Amino acid sequence: MAGVYVHIPFCKQKCHYCNFYSVVSVKYREPFLKALLFEIGQRKSYLNREKINTIYFGGGTPSLLGFEELISIIEKIKNSFHVDTAVEITLEANPDDLNANKLKRLKNETSVNRLSIGIQSFFDDDLHYLNRVHDAHQAYHSIELAKKQGFNNLTIDLIYGIPGLIRKKWIKNLEIFFSFNLPHLSSYSLTVEPKTALLTFIRQGKMENIDENKSIEHFKILMEKTTENGYIHYEISNFAKKGYYSKHNSLYWLGGHYIGFGPSAHSYNGVSRQWNVPNMKQYIEAEKTKKIIFDKEVLSKNQQYNEYVMTSLRTIWGCDPEHIQNVFGKFYEEYFSKIIFPFIEDEKVYRQGNHYFLTNKGKLFADGIASELFMDDE
Amino acid sequence: MQAMKNIRNFCIIAHIDHGKSTLADRLLEFTGTVSERDLKEQVLDDMELEREKGITIKSHAIQMDYPFEGEQYVLNLIDTPGHVDFSYEVSRSIAACEGALLVVDATQGIQAQTISNLYLAIEHDLEIIPVLNKMDLDNAMPDEVKDQIVDMLGCDYEDIIEASGKTGYGVEQILEAVIKKVPSPKGDTNAPLQALIFDSVFNSFRGIIAYFRIFNGEIRKGDQVKFVNTGKEYEANEIGVLRLDREPRSVLSTGDVGYIISGIKASKEVKVGDTVTHVENPCDKAIEGFEDVKPMVFAGIYPIDPDEYEELRSSMEKLQLNDASLTWEPESSAALGFGFRCGFLGLLHMEIIQERLDREFNMNVITTMPNVSYRVVTNKKEIIEVHNPSGLPEQKYIDHIEEPFIKAQIITRTEYIGSIIKLCLDKRGELKNQVYLTTSRVEITVDMPLGEIVFDFYDKLKSISKGYASFDYHITGYKPAKLIKLDILLNGESVDALSTLLHQDNAYDFGRKMCVKLKELIPRQQFDIAIQAAIGAKIIARETVKAVRKDVTAKCYGGDITRKRKLLEKQKKGKKRMRKVGNVEVPQKAFLVVLRLND
Ligand SMILES: Nc1nc2c(ncn2[C@@H]2O[C@H](COP(=O)(O)OP(=O)(O)OP(=O)(O)O)[C@@H](O)[C@H]2O)c(=O)[nH]1
Ligand code: SF4
Ligand SMILES: [Mg+2]
Repeated sequence: MAGVYVHIPFCKQKCHYCNFYSVVSVKYREPFLKALLFEIGQRKSYLNREKINTIYFGGGTPSLLGFEELISIIEKIKNSFHVDTAVEITLEANPDDLNANKLKRLKNETSVNRLSIGIQSFFDDDLHYLNRVHDAHQAYHSIELAKKQGFNNLTIDLIYGIPGLIRKKWIKNLEIFFSFNLPHLSSYSLTVEPKTALLTFIRQGKMENIDENKSIEHFKILMEKTTENGYIHYEISNFAKKGYYSKHNSLYWLGGHYIGFGPSAHSYNGVSRQWNVPNMKQYIEAEKTKKIIFDKEVLSKNQQYNEYVMTSLRTIWGCDPEHIQNVFGKFYEEYFSKIIFPFIEDEKVYRQGNHYFLTNKGKLFADGIASELFMDDE
Repeated sequence: MQAMKNIRNFCIIAHIDHGKSTLADRLLEFTGTVSERDLKEQVLDDMELEREKGITIKSHAIQMDYPFEGEQYVLNLIDTPGHVDFSYEVSRSIAACEGALLVVDATQGIQAQTISNLYLAIEHDLEIIPVLNKMDLDNAMPDEVKDQIVDMLGCDYEDIIEASGKTGYGVEQILEAVIKKVPSPKGDTNAPLQALIFDSVFNSFRGIIAYFRIFNGEIRKGDQVKFVNTGKEYEANEIGVLRLDREPRSVLSTGDVGYIISGIKASKEVKVGDTVTHVENPCDKAIEGFEDVKPMVFAGIYPIDPDEYEELRSSMEKLQLNDASLTWEPESSAALGFGFRCGFLGLLHMEIIQERLDREFNMNVITTMPNVSYRVVTNKKEIIEVHNPSGLPEQKYIDHIEEPFIKAQIITRTEYIGSIIKLCLDKRGELKNQVYLTTSRVEITVDMPLGEIVFDFYDKLKSISKGYASFDYHITGYKPAKLIKLDILLNGESVDALSTLLHQDNAYDFGRKMCVKLKELIPRQQFDIAIQAAIGAKIIARETVKAVRKDVTAKCYGGDITRKRKLLEKQKKGKKRMRKVGNVEVPQKAFLVVLRLND
């Protein structure tokens, strides 16, 4: 099982909190597409003919793509890779791009079978704080329309911890989500990333800073309410009905292989990870130079172990010491078992069967726990 | 062997950075002492650290041959450091010479160490040859600076040689002046041997190499010699002169500057300032040596990895072999484990030792904040020297505490007088004198506690004077002061490495600042951390580092995995380098908090 990621680096405007690579200018739309198709063809042997079971269009804003563009990309992938017939093809879409006609054509003319809609909030003031393009009405409407067009495999994003998002509003956001009876939810705490407008505005005092306590409270509510409504908390930020886990994201967390196309996209083949240049101008050069510019790291054993611990602990599949022993050796397993112990005492981690999992309390400290479990290079 | 009348021994002295070493390059080049191939900038600064920092740390002696008016001369030159921490190097060099080139940067004029080094030379009756350096620069102010020199030396304008270490301008004239003005050495070749050791270096193959100047008699290879002060006897395995490398000789005579290798292994065995004589037919009197250099600034040095204590000890021993001014004694701290309390000549010296440990011995160390040495007078009128605030006797045994005082000279432009005096007064200084050197330059003399300059005095002086202030000091003695010990507590546990001795008037402000700064430096942990400043049992300031309530970041997809892993790996590394005080993890930089109070 392996995956293909396609990065569509265009946005109508930049959201304040966003640190993904995307540009607002449409000037490079055409050369980008050419370079992208070139890259797909050129790197077709990267995954060694592994079977592709998920294709994911992320961004940026993939819903800005025209139908021909989208179809040509999917075709190119299918011609270059060994794509499973039951492949899950996800398209990230922004509510303002989704009208009835567009959704209908998406459903009928393309093989996209899963939508991930960037809702973020059902309240205008939050959307305004985030500098999203859409409004609350479009948020509702896009979900309704998508459902109506038969997109059953639907997920939305919701952001919590926004300064204006009081507890009641957050609960309301969740209730609205539940009312649509969608099979999947990704929900993130707002974070202030480096090099974002949000950071600048907060520093300048133009925007209110985020409050950690609020974010913790929201996370607890999120866990509680999703469980009540029958969702499985299968990764720190992801909740799904049974059978609806995102195939693509699961791949990331289970150490699966993937190839990423487009500027800033990452690829991983089990041994090395590489990432394309996060720069449109340099990326589109590839069409002429026949060379994709990327950086690469070959993972050491320690790094592979670290990644396994870091990702697996975040998931419902948990961290398996037996797997550690088989893949990395007895030494790693003993180290892991020793370090994890105090976290069990502290009720941040629990053991069930042979696997370790984060408790709800531990889920707030996933990074610190992982970091403690890391193996140092010296 | 050269007749005594054709020998000249001279040193180059100046304020820091006025171009001594560069001028020495030109002299070596002009006299053909160093081949073009070997010549690099400041060739005498041969320690890696000297080259990198562009400053001289140790004096360097070198011999030149120079024909002049039909005769062959031997010129022994000693380049000296300019920084105040190393002024003892200057006094030693001076003792081996009859003359000194007083170098003054023509763009800077006379500065604090110009004056202090000049006084050292005059005390030893050296012939002073004033050199106005850096004349190649557009902003040279020859007339103004010459006025200053004439004022200070009482020489004639014609005595001042204009020169440039960059272009070589004036070099020939300097050599001529050295030959004509610097007296040849005096002494009796037939008298018993009497030679002054003015420096020693450690060589990993040869052991200790002592540099000496012969005042009477002569020494031959293989002679049985005695070091008068230590009373130890050796064979002169090798003697010779100092060219760019050592050049062995079979005999050296009165007036010569040379070296001796005699199988001595440790620098402790050789006292710089000692007199060398023969075992048989010794001289009846030792030459007056030097006062011991006394370290005045103390700090703890601890291995970052506690397992490396023994390694640190052996590194320190090796360092001491070629830096006898470094002193240390074992010490332990509850917070930092086992380490050493080291005595330094000043802050630059401390920085250099720390860097040398890192570079030459690959030792990563934590250096605690520096303090001066205090004298505690007990109720029973005993005097105890205390080098570490945590080594203070209990209050009830203390009658009073005395701290070292300095006389400081600051030379600056008139426009900065006001703010500099204010700074000195803030630092408990007392204005002693204020002299206008010219209409725009003034020399301020202040008495102040040494303890006040080990914190942030230099940085402050530099910033308020925009760099236009030079500073020199010497210790004058001890004075009683109302000093109290300020402790820092983390969750109720006192952190010995953070205790300070300070004047009681400063305690509240200082304690508050410490707590605030520590709050910034100590990362949030799984529980709240109370940071308190206390005098005895009395808490005078408090801050809290709130517990981490969450650390998870939401996203972990394809591109995030590498980034996140790297971030967490870095966090882990950082944590490993922290020290535990009780249950609190304290980063190393927190132990230097005092130096950052004003960041
Ligand atoms: N333009 C110019 N620069 C010079 C001259 N002499 C020295 N310098 C520069 O001044 C700086 C200091 O020179 P050094 O020779 O290291 O000074 P120093 O007096 O030996 O310094 P310390 O030993 O640290 O006291 C260096 O950057 C030199 O290149 C000169 O005559 N002209
Ligand atoms: S739409 Fe997505 S990618 Fe574009 S700016 Fe907003 S958050 Fe970033
Ligand atoms: Mg020098």
